[in-house]
Amino acid sequence: MPITREQVAHIARLARLAMDPAEAEFHAGQLSRILELVEQMNRIDTTGVAPMSHPQDAALRLRDDRVTEHNRRDQYQRIAPAAEHGLYLVPRVIE
Amino acid sequence: MAATEWEAVIGLEVHVQLKTRSKIFAASDTGYGAEPNTRACAFSIALPGTLPVMNVEAARLAVRFGLAVGARINRHSVFARKHYFYPDLPKGYQISQYEQPIIGSGEMEIDTAAGPKVIRITRAHLEEDAGKSLHEDLHGMTGIDLNRAGTPLLEIVSEADLRSAAEAAAYLRKVHALVRYLDISDGNMQEGSLRCDANVSVRPAGQKAFGTRTELKNINSFRFVEKAIDFEVQRHIEVLEGGGAIVQETRLYDAEGDQTRPMRSKEEAHDYRYFPDPDLPAMRLDDAFIDSVRAELPELPDARKRRFQSQFALSAEDTAQLTAEREFADYFEALAAAPGVDAKTAANWLLGDLTAALNKHGMRIEQSPLPPAHMAQLLQRIADRTISGKIAKEVFAAAWRGEGGVDDIIAARGLKQVTDRAEIEAVVERVAGDHPQQVEQYRQGRHKVFGFLVGQVMKATGGKANPARVNEILREILNRETG
Repeated sequence: MPITREQVAHIARLARLAMDPAEAEFHAGQLSRILELVEQMNRIDTTGVAPMSHPQDAALRLRDDRVTEHNRRDQYQRIAPAAEHGLYLVPRVIE
Repeated sequence: MAATEWEAVIGLEVHVQLKTRSKIFAASDTGYGAEPNTRACAFSIALPGTLPVMNVEAARLAVRFGLAVGARINRHSVFARKHYFYPDLPKGYQISQYEQPIIGSGEMEIDTAAGPKVIRITRAHLEEDAGKSLHEDLHGMTGIDLNRAGTPLLEIVSEADLRSAAEAAAYLRKVHALVRYLDISDGNMQEGSLRCDANVSVRPAGQKAFGTRTELKNINSFRFVEKAIDFEVQRHIEVLEGGGAIVQETRLYDAEGDQTRPMRSKEEAHDYRYFPDPDLPAMRLDDAFIDSVRAELPELPDARKRRFQSQFALSAEDTAQLTAEREFADYFEALAAAPGVDAKTAANWLLGDLTAALNKHGMRIEQSPLPPAHMAQLLQRIADRTISGKIAKEVFAAAWRGEGGVDDIIAARGLKQVTDRAEIEAVVERVAGDHPQQVEQYRQGRHKVFGFLVGQVMKATGGKANPARVNEILREILNRETG
C-alpha cells in the first residue's frame, strides 16, 4: 500500500511540519516501505488474538491521589518566551 | 401537501470534572480559582521529559458512575492521544480514551411528560481537561492559564435517544443529580465542572434513518441546553422545509442572541489521529477493585425516591422533587426525622416557602439560613398549635432574615396563637357590634358574609386567633342572637 506525496503533505500539515515537495516525495517513499512491512504482517491470521495497545505486557501503574507537586511558576515562567500577570503569553488566537 | 411532522433526534456528551485532589496524570493540585499557573506543574505545562502517572481516584470515581448506571466496567481500558493544536493544550494532544473506554454501555431513566423513559448510555471515558485561554488585552497576545490542564474529566456519551429539548434538559439534570449523589463531581456549571455538547438532527416522524447532525458546543446551563437545542431543531426544520440541506458542522450557542452560529471551522479539526498513548500501558482493573467501589456506593436517587414514597407516603411528584438533589433530600430526611414533624407538612414547606425563598435569593439548600433543626421547630409550633400556618409564614420570613430562633421570634413579636375562648369571644362580640349590616345579612341567610366576619376577627387579633376556634365561636354567637 504505497503512500502518496499528497498524503504525506496532509499529515505534515496536521502535525504543523513544514515540508517542501521534494521532502514529501522522499518521506512518501520511506513511509511506504514501513507500510509494506505492515502489509506483510497483515497476511498472518490473527483471529482470536487480542490486539495490543502497548509493546510491553505491562499494566498501568496507579498512584494515590496526593498532591506532591507544588507551585514553581516563577521558575517555569523564567524559561517561557513571554509571561505576564502569571499567564503564559502566546500569539493571539481567536475562535 | 400535508405539512411534514418532524422528530428531533438528540444525543448529549456531558463532561464532568471529577472531584480528585490531584490531577489525573500529575500530582499537582486541582481546584478552581487559584492564581494563574500556580497549579500548573512541569507535566501540566508539557515540559519535555515529563511523563503521565495515572491517579487511581479518577478510575475509582469513573467506576462509581459506571456502577450507578448499570454499565459494563471494562477490566481492560486504553488511553489514547487525541491530537489537535491549541495553546491551552501544550502537549499538542489530549490524553483521552478512544477504542477501549473504562465504562461501556449503561442506561439511565428520565422523567418525561409521557412518563419514565430509558436513555441508553453509549460509554463513558476518562480524559484530561485543557487549560484556559484569556483573550483580554495583553499587547495583542493571548494569555494561557494551565491550572485546569490535567483536571480529570469523565465524558459521558448518550445514545441519540432524546427526542426533544425538554428531554435533553431532563437527562442533563439527571446526570447532574447523579454525579452529585455519587459525590464524584461538584457539578458546578458556572465554574465549568459540568459541560455539555449536543448532537442534534431532525427527521420526518416515522423515518428510521437519521438526518444530518450538527454539534452544539459548550452549553453551560440547564436553561441554555433547552433553548439552544430548541433553536437548533427549529433551524434544521426551516432549512429542510425551505428545500435546503443541513451541513454537518460544529456550532456555538450564543445566549445573548438566542441563536446558534457556526464555529469558525478549524481546518481538518476532526482529524484527531488517535493512537494508544505509548506512555501509558493498558489500565487493568480487577474484581476486588470494582467490588470495593461497589461497596462505597450511596443510595441512588431512584432508590431514594421509591423509599420516600413508601416510608413517608408521599406522591411521586413530591418525591421526585425532593430527591432531585442529594442535599435537598438530606435536608428533607433530617427534617422529617424530627419529633412531631409530619412528613407531608415538611414536604409542603420545603417545596413551597423554603424553595421560593431559596430561588428568590439564588441560594442552594445547603446555604439556607434555616437549618433543618430550625425548620423542624417551626413545624412543631404549628403542630402544637402555638402558631397558625399563616403566622408561621411570618415567623419563617423573620427567621430567614436572621431575627433569631423560632421560639424567640414568636415570643418577641407576640405571635402566640390565641385559643382562649373568652379572649376570642370578646373580639367576636366587638366585630359583630362594628358590622351590624353584615350580621343582619348573615341572619337573613346570606352566609357568604361569614368569611368576611372571620377575616375581620383575624385582622383584629393580628392573625393570632386560632382560625378553627374563631369559626366555632362566631357561628355560635351569630346563631344564638338570631334564635
